[in-house]
Amino acid sequence: MRLTKAQSLLLEVVAAVVALAYLLPIVWTAVASITPARVLLERPLRWVPTDLDGSRYVAILTPGGVNGIGAGFLEAMGNSLFVAVITVAVALVVSIFGAYAFARLRFRGRKLTLLVFLSTYMLPQIALLIPLYFILNQLQLLDSRFGLVLVDLALVVPFTLWILSNYFLTVPEDLEDAARVDGCTRMGALWRVVLPTARPGIVTAVMFAFFLAWDEFLYALIFTSTYAAKTLPVAIAEFSGRYTTDFGLVAAGGLVAALPPVLIALVFQRNIVSGMSAGAIKG
Amino acid sequence: MTAPKTERAPRRRRSATSQVQTRFAWLLLAPAILTVFGVIVYPLYRTVLVSLFDVRSALDPAPAFVGAANYAEMLASPSVWASLGRTLYFTAASLVVEVALGLALALLLNAPLRWRWLFRTAIVIPWAIPTIVNAAMWKGIFNAQYGALNALLTQMGVIHDYVPWLSDPWRAMNLVILSDAWKTTPLVAFFLLAGLTSIPTELYEAAAVDGLGWWKRFRAITLPLLVPAISIVVVLRTVEAFKVFDIIYAMTRGGPANGTAVISYYTYVTAFSDQNFGIGSAMAMLIVLIIGILCLTYLRLIRKSEMSLL
Repeated sequence: MRLTKAQSLLLEVVAAVVALAYLLPIVWTAVASITPARVLLERPLRWVPTDLDGSRYVAILTPGGVNGIGAGFLEAMGNSLFVAVITVAVALVVSIFGAYAFARLRFRGRKLTLLVFLSTYMLPQIALLIPLYFILNQLQLLDSRFGLVLVDLALVVPFTLWILSNYFLTVPEDLEDAARVDGCTRMGALWRVVLPTARPGIVTAVMFAFFLAWDEFLYALIFTSTYAAKTLPVAIAEFSGRYTTDFGLVAAGGLVAALPPVLIALVFQRNIVSGMSAGAIKG
Repeated sequence: MTAPKTERAPRRRRSATSQVQTRFAWLLLAPAILTVFGVIVYPLYRTVLVSLFDVRSALDPAPAFVGAANYAEMLASPSVWASLGRTLYFTAASLVVEVALGLALALLLNAPLRWRWLFRTAIVIPWAIPTIVNAAMWKGIFNAQYGALNALLTQMGVIHDYVPWLSDPWRAMNLVILSDAWKTTPLVAFFLLAGLTSIPTELYEAAAVDGLGWWKRFRAITLPLLVPAISIVVVLRTVEAFKVFDIIYAMTRGGPANGTAVISYYTYVTAFSDQNFGIGSAMAMLIVLIIGILCLTYLRLIRKSEMSLL
């Protein structure tokens, strides 16, 4: 598309305004996290603080907090990492096999099974909340990280299965046939040909799956009660209700919790759009 | 012209290889099926069961069967209808904001900007921020005592006194919608960008030769070719917006005066605060029903868009 000078200038300006609208709230949150609590309450607000205060980061990253303030944050971070990593790993293995079957094999009931999986992908968490609570209670898996992994799989597996199936379809079947003529078994061809060729798809699936598990809130809210299993979203929600006089603490916790997904998204930016074309679109 | 018939495999009795393939396929799918049945299908069946009983605790040994009574009570409750109405408003307003702004952002992302990578980065970050963190951030921005919005608007002279932004039900609802859209619009933009990049540039070149202006090119080429992507994003975002819970919990807890108590939130309160699991399950089933209808629309759309899996 060719644009006149005035048009492209207008575009640059609009883009700059949008970028600012997107960055400013985050910048303010970051500044608030290092502004002394008493300065945050001053009127008029000083946007750039004269003295910096890193005590919130110290508080949340110290085991047990400082004088109890920020307690639980480190544990929550450990729980979030544990739950997200295990969930993603299990979901990935389970859905690589399943996706291969959907993308490559012709079998009876394929369409129906695919439809069942696709519809579970859309099912709201609230629909399963009550029975899952009962079941986890019976299995003594309430307030347990393994319990959370189990229920998070319900969110992540339909999702990874769906995008991996779409990605595997894009791997040319000839490549695989060639490998099998050379004596590869189906599994050998999956391992040596399909997976390497679909690597961008796998990276994308892992990224989106990690976001889903890292972001998960409702299950963690209901199924955990102590910092033995509470995850970061639950901790942040709690902080935001408890530390109403010091937004800086909530801001610091929020930024630390946002860091892993933001870094991943920045590194793998290119995979985002391709992931969306493969049907990955979850809020 | 007749199509060559040989392309389709001749119909034969199911051969040994296809039976082997079927068995192999089910073997590969077994772990996924096990997971989905164990953690989704079976619990969903239990939700249906619970909705037919009067269940007041997690370990109720012998709850009373009440048939459709929970459903009747639910449908007779003005609070349920009110929360459904709020959900519909949340969904419709979110959709309008997200799709309109998302389309604009997608066009910008696709434009030959000098600082394109910087612009893209600025939009990627909010998308990656966890929902609860986003909620906590906006709750801080709207805070009546120290919120950045109050500071900004007073220093600009727009308002004279600090405003408790989230203490009016109607205003709180709209601010929650905006806070949610701040994070979800980039998602819509990236999805639409995927559609935009697949439009052949030759079309635009031809249109430029014909002397079509920007708006005409947009109307004649971009918009029609984006319709499949837009319809998919509309249905998917409708479903997601209809499910909204997290941001409501973290920003307003359904308040003030139930102003933001959407159906998911009200279901959660009914089940886990009022300990009325029977009616809670009936409400959950109502949500499933509505989302099911939305999903049928979705299936139709992806069939039309020729995604080759189905």
